[in-house]
Amino acid sequence: MSAAQVLSSQEVAAAVPARFAGVRRFARAFRHRPSGVAGLAVLLLFSLLALVAPLFIGQDQLDVTKVDGPLLSAPSGHYPLGTDQAGRNVLLLLIWGSRESLRIGIIATALTVVIGAGIGIVAGHYGGWVGRALMHVTDWFIALPSLPLAISLAAVLGQGETSITIAIAATSWTATARLVRAQTLAVEARPFVERARALGAGDWQIMVRQVLPNVTPLILVSSTLTVAGALLSEATLTFLGLGNPASITWGEMLNNAFFNGAFTADAWWYLLPPGLAILVVVLGFTLTGRAVEHVLDPRTEDRS
Amino acid sequence: MTGRPDESSTALEVRDLSVVYPAARGRGPARAVDGVNLRIGKGEIVALIGESGCGKSTLARTLVGLVRPTGGEVLHEGTALDYSARGLKRYRRHTQLVLQDPGGALNPKQNVYDAVALGPRLHGLTEDLPLTVHDALARAGLRPPEQYFDRYPHELSGGQQQRVVIAGVLALNPSVIVADEPVASLDASVRGEILKLILRLRDDLGLSALVVSHDLGLAWNIADRVAVMYLGRVVEQGTVEEVLLRPQHPYTRALLSVVPTGADDWRPTLLAGEPPDPTAIPAGCRFHPRCGRWADADPDTRAAGACDRRTLPVLAPDTSGAACHLLTSSHLENA
Repeated sequence: MSAAQVLSSQEVAAAVPARFAGVRRFARAFRHRPSGVAGLAVLLLFSLLALVAPLFIGQDQLDVTKVDGPLLSAPSGHYPLGTDQAGRNVLLLLIWGSRESLRIGIIATALTVVIGAGIGIVAGHYGGWVGRALMHVTDWFIALPSLPLAISLAAVLGQGETSITIAIAATSWTATARLVRAQTLAVEARPFVERARALGAGDWQIMVRQVLPNVTPLILVSSTLTVAGALLSEATLTFLGLGNPASITWGEMLNNAFFNGAFTADAWWYLLPPGLAILVVVLGFTLTGRAVEHVLDPRTEDRS
Repeated sequence: MTGRPDESSTALEVRDLSVVYPAARGRGPARAVDGVNLRIGKGEIVALIGESGCGKSTLARTLVGLVRPTGGEVLHEGTALDYSARGLKRYRRHTQLVLQDPGGALNPKQNVYDAVALGPRLHGLTEDLPLTVHDALARAGLRPPEQYFDRYPHELSGGQQQRVVIAGVLALNPSVIVADEPVASLDASVRGEILKLILRLRDDLGLSALVVSHDLGLAWNIADRVAVMYLGRVVEQGTVEEVLLRPQHPYTRALLSVVPTGADDWRPTLLAGEPPDPTAIPAGCRFHPRCGRWADADPDTRAAGACDRRTLPVLAPDTSGAACHLLTSSHLENA
């Protein structure tokens, strides 16, 4: 019993879809979603600025002892976003601040996603006492209040980036874990998981090859929200004084503005930019996330 | 099947199989499969017929090792199934499952090529994988196969999806296929094609198959032998002609009586009583609360209490016949 038309193995192999065909389809479909492209453009712009910042911003422009600008002056031609209480250029602070803000946001999110998705899939796949134990641990972490935890961590690890990142990750992975576990349970109930098992797939193969691709859209979307949340948490925690006072982040800028009389001086140019920057980056992540969610669902692909 | 077939011609056999699901929420444990003997010969198609909830799907899943029996054993070519991870994996190269809902049985994130290649990849048979997939698709009737490689399940019709599922099974070259309601969710026209495909695979590749269904017409069309299941047990079995043309068991008769014959005196026997509940299996014959013959039996027979007290023996794997007290006693009377 063979095919009616005889094809050589090369000809057949040529028809095999390329390994990353999915990625290319994804890129093509993503281009048709203007909001997603806009969000991604914003993110790329900020990332690019953050990456190239050291090329045109030197320590002498950021060090309060070395700058010589007017104190807390309104925007002008020389200082497009005005200056802070020490005479530093707010625009340069804003660009420099994106470096650490984004770094904390992205590292905390990566930790959240890896821990949350890992624990969620394992708990959903195995069920039984493994799943229950993991969910008990998750509940325990949910009960942890984030602010006191961050303050204690800062006390133990010292103020600054590391303790803030860990505090954010430790308090936000639980939401991802719960979400992923619920989705894993839903995916595992579908017949294709049973088919894979009947074909000989083990637990690992089912989790990685069958369940993971079907929870990835959810993970991506929730991670974009987590980045947004992490950026906000970073701002909150540094605003409260848990950050390293010597480093420049958006939260630290807000903190400085607040405690150095920007409010009483009506220095809106010092308060608004970091707040708006947080808003724009959060929006960029959200738009990108929504577009990714839409594109990754193959059933909606053709409608675009 | 006449005569006793020897061991070597048996593809798959179950002996005294039982599957009990643990008790849940104030109910007793559910005895989904409760003592079943069944034999599938090489190159033989056996239809397993029964209503919803009678345990036929559980039996099918037990045959492919997805459900572990609580009693009895599954024998593949004479050797008992090994439930270690390795043993199961080895077994799954030989026995494969086709599910009812082809749309759900395919991972929506996988294209046809990956879906069919899944089995061979899991078993490390990646040499000439494209040709294997190509061949399997062609044998499942999707031609030209290479045009289907990069399609996704949602781009295919129900019949095509089921063919992809079958191709995924064929790619492993199994000797036995267990199909759980393979055509229940398909159109009538596609249904015939898929059944024809299963028959052709048997003829060309010598595949054995157990086809689970609630459809008697399907059994008539493709099966060599039929087993009728009621509440976890086979109540009647035999060749297609025996079971479907000369049904013995009151349950089989009731099932067949609802098939329209076109005759003027056609009168279906509708089963009364509650649908069977595997958590509360009646004593004696498990069918007696719904059995018309028992209800109509004369007072003497009822007083003797055969059906509601005496336990019925489990049918042996190869006998043709029905498990029914009333039949046995009438046989005795005739003899």
